Amino acid sequence: MSDESDSIEVMTGKHYTTGNHAAAEGSLAAGCKFFGGYPITPSSEVAEHMARRLPQVNGNFVQFEDEIASIAGILGASWGGVKSMTATSGPGYSLMVENIGLGMMTETPCVIVNVQRGGPSTGLPTLVGQQDVMQVKWGSHGDYEPIAISPSTVQECFDLAIDCFNLSEKYRLPVTFLLDEVIGHMSERLVIPSIEKIKIINRKKPEVPPEEYLPYKAGKDLVPAMATAGEGYRVMVTGLTHDERGYPVISAEAQEENVRRINDKIRLNKKKIIKLEEYMLDDADISLVSFGTSARAAKGAVNRAREKGIKAGLLRLITVWPFPDERIELLADQVKKILVPEINYGQVYREVERAVHGKTDVEGIFKLGGAIHSPAEILKQIEKGVK
Amino acid sequence: MTDENIKLIESHEHPLDGYLRKGRIPHIFCPGCSLGSIMTVIVDSVLKAGFDPKKVSVVSGIGCTGRIAGYLNFDSFHTTHGRAIPFAIGLSVTDPERKVIVVSGDGDLFAIGGNHFIHAARRNADITVICVNNFNYGMTGGQAGPTSYKGQFQSTSPYGSVEEPFNLPDLAASCGAVYVARWTALDVRRMKDSFVEALSKKGFTFVEVLGSCPTTYGRRNQLAEGKMILDYFKKHAVLQHGANTREIGIEMNGPMIVGKFVDIDGRPTLTDHLQGLQEKGRASIGKK
Repeated sequence: MSDESDSIEVMTGKHYTTGNHAAAEGSLAAGCKFFGGYPITPSSEVAEHMARRLPQVNGNFVQFEDEIASIAGILGASWGGVKSMTATSGPGYSLMVENIGLGMMTETPCVIVNVQRGGPSTGLPTLVGQQDVMQVKWGSHGDYEPIAISPSTVQECFDLAIDCFNLSEKYRLPVTFLLDEVIGHMSERLVIPSIEKIKIINRKKPEVPPEEYLPYKAGKDLVPAMATAGEGYRVMVTGLTHDERGYPVISAEAQEENVRRINDKIRLNKKKIIKLEEYMLDDADISLVSFGTSARAAKGAVNRAREKGIKAGLLRLITVWPFPDERIELLADQVKKILVPEINYGQVYREVERAVHGKTDVEGIFKLGGAIHSPAEILKQIEKGVK
Repeated sequence: MTDENIKLIESHEHPLDGYLRKGRIPHIFCPGCSLGSIMTVIVDSVLKAGFDPKKVSVVSGIGCTGRIAGYLNFDSFHTTHGRAIPFAIGLSVTDPERKVIVVSGDGDLFAIGGNHFIHAARRNADITVICVNNFNYGMTGGQAGPTSYKGQFQSTSPYGSVEEPFNLPDLAASCGAVYVARWTALDVRRMKDSFVEALSKKGFTFVEVLGSCPTTYGRRNQLAEGKMILDYFKKHAVLQHGANTREIGIEMNGPMIVGKFVDIDGRPTLTDHLQGLQEKGRASIGKK
């Protein structure tokens, strides 16, 4: 990376770098001061970059004994008052899901970068996959509404890493940054803006003295103000169902109130959270819905279809969770067919099919991992679809 | 708990008022359980060690002992099963002035959480770990665990436990803990002095407390009341400071060696290392 910046945290300037490095730089620009992680292909470059960079910005990097410790460590660091993150891939994410649930229940801001590879199990450690979409949604037990964001370019690995931190701080939950092996390892141009141009959101702090503070009492936005350790608020944090004081209450009533709120704070703010890219959709009568690496090939296929006079378009999911049901349903009213290219056996496809309510045809273009789609093979399906 | 009960309890003053969370007492511990008195000793020793209560965090995992964090009026964290130690490390490294105490049980710290314990000791994380060893999984109804001694009856060892138990002080010492001690629940004064020493020392410090669990351990092992277990401790405990930790494993009807076994100075802590790395990091880009 080149260095044209005076700021140590924000490496303002033009760079030619990988998605994994860009995600790390974006996290630093967002104010991340603690990384806890465990090596795993294809995400290790995020950890390696943070190991070098965090000490430069008075942050801390700890390589833990496993992914379970890593996620527990970043939750602890977040309650210690700093922005924290980890990076992993499918097998590591599998180990993390219990404590992601702890993060959801205790409303702990942090970011988990998941650079997806082919699964299940050890699968394809060095090759691409997009098979963790549903794991992010349902991986931990119980009801919760995750946020997951999926970049399609190296530039977005930087920009959206900042969004991940901002959303995690604003809505107080672990946010998953869903890369894939191709995006993580691909080199592209990255332009890091000046520090003033980067919008940072920090967790809401209590405005009342400790004796009046109720750590889990939320206002209209359903997100409670967060006191952290050492501030004199004597925080009480538990994974048990709890009341506004944070005290465990084992009852159906407390469960209704607690779990409903941690879900509703995302459901009710869905419109503010969801980011989509709409490409050539205005007059489209066939649409692709895709995300991450697959969306790049999908865009190429739309361009080629247009050259052939086919009115194709693309809805790219930048936010994968919460799912943009409403936009997909509108799309279903407009187009005759929706095609879903993704590197799994039908994960986003299922969501699209659910959201269209039978109003249009939905077809998946699946690859099971290890290879990306070519625009040509997606184009072939578009041509078939408009016949 | 009814509101009436809360009023009744609040009308009595307790010497530790202010350090126990209002409205959380009475606790869930069984009659004859030693966790209540150990909790008192923990608060006493935090106060005696002179820490600013604002700067004290208590972290627990899951289980009976795991409930202690939630009763104490410090920054308290009741985490997931086995994961108190890495959570505590995250808290510890983000503020070197913070005192982080992990209080949890033998099953939580040494079965499901065993890997974290040995690595935290190896890297000399700046935390104090207090393990209340009651020889079984109490909260879940009395299953055998990693500290159940040979021949001990539990619900999952109906023919007597057959596996070798962990010798906790030896494990801690061999992994690099800078302070290692063991007490029974009876030794409240020595326990307090020992907690004060452990808390005042930088680095990974470990104290094992042999606790009484009449309900799920005692009843199955001819020790059905708390006092019977304490009598057993009284009869079998042998004070031996500096004992070779290799030789202090616990066997049925054998001696229970208590005392301080390790107290090392000068070993750099994880916090020291991280601060050193920050200096190197800043130097690498020409900053002080």
